[in-house]
Amino acid sequence: MLRYLLKRLWHTVYVVIGISAISFFFIHLSGDPVMLMLPADASMQEVEQLRQKLGFNDPLYVQYGRFVSKAVRGDFGESLYYHVPAMELIVERLPASLELSFTAMLLALLVAVPIGIISAIHRGSALDMGSMLAALFGLSMPHFWLGIMFIMIFSVKLGWLPTSGRGTPAQLIMPSVALALGLMAMFARLTRSVMLEVLSLDYIRTARAKGLREFFVIGKHALKNALIPLVTVAGMQFGLLIGGTVIIETVFAWPGVGRLVVQAIFNRDYPLVQCIVLILALIFVAVNLVVDILYIYLDPRISFLEDK
Amino acid sequence: MPSDAASIYRYSRERLGPSLRLTADTIREVARRRSALWGGIMLCVIFLTSLLFPLFYHVDPLAQDLLARFVPPAWLEGGSMSHPLGTDNLGRDVLARILYGSRISLVVGFSAVLLGELVGIVLGLVSGYYGGKLDSLIMRTADIFMAYPFMLLTISVIAVLGNSMFNLILVLGISDWTIYARTIRGSVLSLKEKEFVEAARAAGTKNLSIITRHIFPNVISPLLVLGTLRVASIIIWESGLSFLGMGVPPPTPSWGRMLADGRMYISDAWWLVTLPGLAIMCTILSINLLGDGLRDALDPRLRNVGN
Repeated sequence: MLRYLLKRLWHTVYVVIGISAISFFFIHLSGDPVMLMLPADASMQEVEQLRQKLGFNDPLYVQYGRFVSKAVRGDFGESLYYHVPAMELIVERLPASLELSFTAMLLALLVAVPIGIISAIHRGSALDMGSMLAALFGLSMPHFWLGIMFIMIFSVKLGWLPTSGRGTPAQLIMPSVALALGLMAMFARLTRSVMLEVLSLDYIRTARAKGLREFFVIGKHALKNALIPLVTVAGMQFGLLIGGTVIIETVFAWPGVGRLVVQAIFNRDYPLVQCIVLILALIFVAVNLVVDILYIYLDPRISFLEDK
Repeated sequence: MPSDAASIYRYSRERLGPSLRLTADTIREVARRRSALWGGIMLCVIFLTSLLFPLFYHVDPLAQDLLARFVPPAWLEGGSMSHPLGTDNLGRDVLARILYGSRISLVVGFSAVLLGELVGIVLGLVSGYYGGKLDSLIMRTADIFMAYPFMLLTISVIAVLGNSMFNLILVLGISDWTIYARTIRGSVLSLKEKEFVEAARAAGTKNLSIITRHIFPNVISPLLVLGTLRVASIIIWESGLSFLGMGVPPPTPSWGRMLADGRMYISDAWWLVTLPGLAIMCTILSINLLGDGLRDALDPRLRNVGN
């Protein structure tokens, strides 16, 4: 178990180093921010002075080294546009994105897992066919289009829900449902196919032959093994979701990091983009690490095989 | 079963050896699934329409007509057959724009997947077949790519390179290579141990030839399944990028941009935000139906990946 954990930790370390390098070099290829920071009639001398002051004249690896050494100390640079520390902006916006992602994820799992299980048990029934057809549609709709349709129907036509913003529970409904439907479809299909696979295994037949009540066979024996792939996918999707709220936040004017990053990219606000990408990637990596640790409990084979 | 290497080799060439198994049998197997058949037919229709529409629909998607702004679709009051799906805020024909936009989505979707597969195939084959340091290097790089938020990666690269169709394909394709490389590497690892590969090696076949003639043909079906399902995701993401203003630059009509433009007029002109979305949905639905069918027919093991 210790070996497994160490291996995962090492994995996390090199991924973080790789990500920070990629985001650093990418962003630095995108043109000169100094030109955007100064008025259009600035002289070459002024431009040169500012470049020197901000360290843009040093070789890239020196700039990267400086970036890393500051980052380790919690200093992610200052936003060129807002003139406040980048980290401050993110800390301010992150709760909104987390709230949205978390609600969407919870909603998706709460609806999809029972549907998947019931569909698998009653394979071929009208309910199974119906929910799988619905899931297929759910997978085929871009979530931002769904969001626009929601606004058109529930805000413009019916006037039931506010079109945008954050603060009241009513404002959370449309963006989170729009975001959740695709995930719901994915999880329902996944749960169903995993359950079908598990239900055909010998130990389930044994459990039934022992005379266990069907409820326990499904809920305890089958679900436990079906959870393993579900946890993997859910973990990965949750990590992606936080970065994936970019468009839905734009549609609903949701004040999260997604909107912040889009604006930062248009403003060529290097340090801010860099910081956001890094933080989101770190969250993704952290979520995956948690999933890997959860595995030890879900699948005892892992620590057994790794230690051998 | 024969025992010496040379005849095992011959035997496996005949019985298990490489053959592009995407033959009439496969097509029949896929078509036997009704939903896959419908998906295939729908996709063919979409393809043909997008290819051939200039033959029977002659309206210019860029032509503005400020006297005919916000004309509703023909079946509504005030609509006319000269604009079957109505016009937008600049009086441009919505049907022409949707038809033209289908080309963008299909070209970007399929080219990006082809590019991603190309990179993924080469790296996956090399990684799986040769193993060792090269394998670790490729797989560690894949890990890093996979942890980098895909959407942010594409957005930030587009911001760097500028938005054009070529850049879009490049970015979406390249950022997708990890999925193919990992799938192929997995298959190669198990194929490598198979008798027919061993036999080929014993018979003195060169590595390159083993990879291209014995291993590669056996990974085509998972690639086809995965690729089909990825086209759907890529098209959705292309429309998302266009929606954010990072897709194919205007005035070229694309579905995502139509949605972004139409959003301003949501209370007056429902068709501007509804119809392009329906076009996306139909395309993705047909691809997903076909992809599901291909998967069930060719490679049931892939059931949990892809989407």
